[in-house]
Amino acid sequence: MMRALLLAFALLLATGSAFAQAATDPTPLTFTSPAEEKRFHALISELRCVMCQNQSLAESNAQIAVDLRREVLELMRKGKDDTEIKEFLVARYGEFVLYRPQVESKTWLLWFGPAVVLLAGGLVVVGAVRRRSRNTTPTADERNEEQEW
Amino acid sequence: MSESVPRKSSMRWIPLVIVAALGALLFAGVMLSRNPNREALPSPLIGKPAPAFRLPVLHEPGRLVTDKDLRGAPYLLNVWGSWCPACRDEHPVLTRFAESKRLRVIGFNWKDEHADAMRWLEQFGNPYFMVLTDYEGKAAIDWGIYGAPETFLVDAGGTIRWKYVGPLTDQVIENELLPKLAQLDRGAPL
Repeated sequence: MMRALLLAFALLLATGSAFAQAATDPTPLTFTSPAEEKRFHALISELRCVMCQNQSLAESNAQIAVDLRREVLELMRKGKDDTEIKEFLVARYGEFVLYRPQVESKTWLLWFGPAVVLLAGGLVVVGAVRRRSRNTTPTADERNEEQEW
Repeated sequence: MSESVPRKSSMRWIPLVIVAALGALLFAGVMLSRNPNREALPSPLIGKPAPAFRLPVLHEPGRLVTDKDLRGAPYLLNVWGSWCPACRDEHPVLTRFAESKRLRVIGFNWKDEHADAMRWLEQFGNPYFMVLTDYEGKAAIDWGIYGAPETFLVDAGGTIRWKYVGPLTDQVIENELLPKLAQLDRGAPL
């Protein structure tokens, strides 16, 4: 009866939103210590909401995010460390849940791609500057080539 | 100046290579974004055993069914809720498929009130062989479920073979599910 009342109240509050989803859990999470709360918030801000993919688990109001936050807290209380909690979620939802993907052959391009591009660009610039300072008076042949670029 | 000519002529291809590489990247991006289901997460559970669960049956709340009880023949696990509008769109498609008796369609009623779920089935019809309920949403996390509808194909041995996120359509059944089933019938390895 109590739950039905709470649910009715939650639905009343939710009528403004056109987004249909399961009734949100009315009981908020409670923490036993500030340290636990701090660790929890650090952890959920590094995990991506699987439903609304541009938000972290901390930001999202989707039902699945509510459930996953609860699950994360429960795992913390079972004594799991951060890596184990992330592994738990990756095993179910894939690498996608991590905002910082693990460094492995699949993600090398993601991790090192920008640095490689920057390095290549830098080398090209250095090469061009050197060439230019070496030939202060370029031949007609070279001028033509540079125009072609 | 003649000795610098070979070096320069190889250098002059660099911009072309860069432009071609960027073009290829853009093309790949455009092709990827053409996939209508691109928001769907690939499930890491495909090819793995279905997660263990013990869930009550919607129509007999006292009866608990486990993953092991469902083994022996393939089944389709369809995630739905009375709160999910897309499930309503999917319902006629699912009903047609269930009526073909191709395999058992098990309902996974996710985060729903018992009365709402019962009313929904009464109103639209019950295509399911059996409906399991997950009010807490604990089993759903083990299955990597994040929205509804979602549909899993599990083989007779209890291995997840296929997953579809979003409402099933006749095209999806024709082009994806039925070929997978044919593969299962031939006893194809994973």
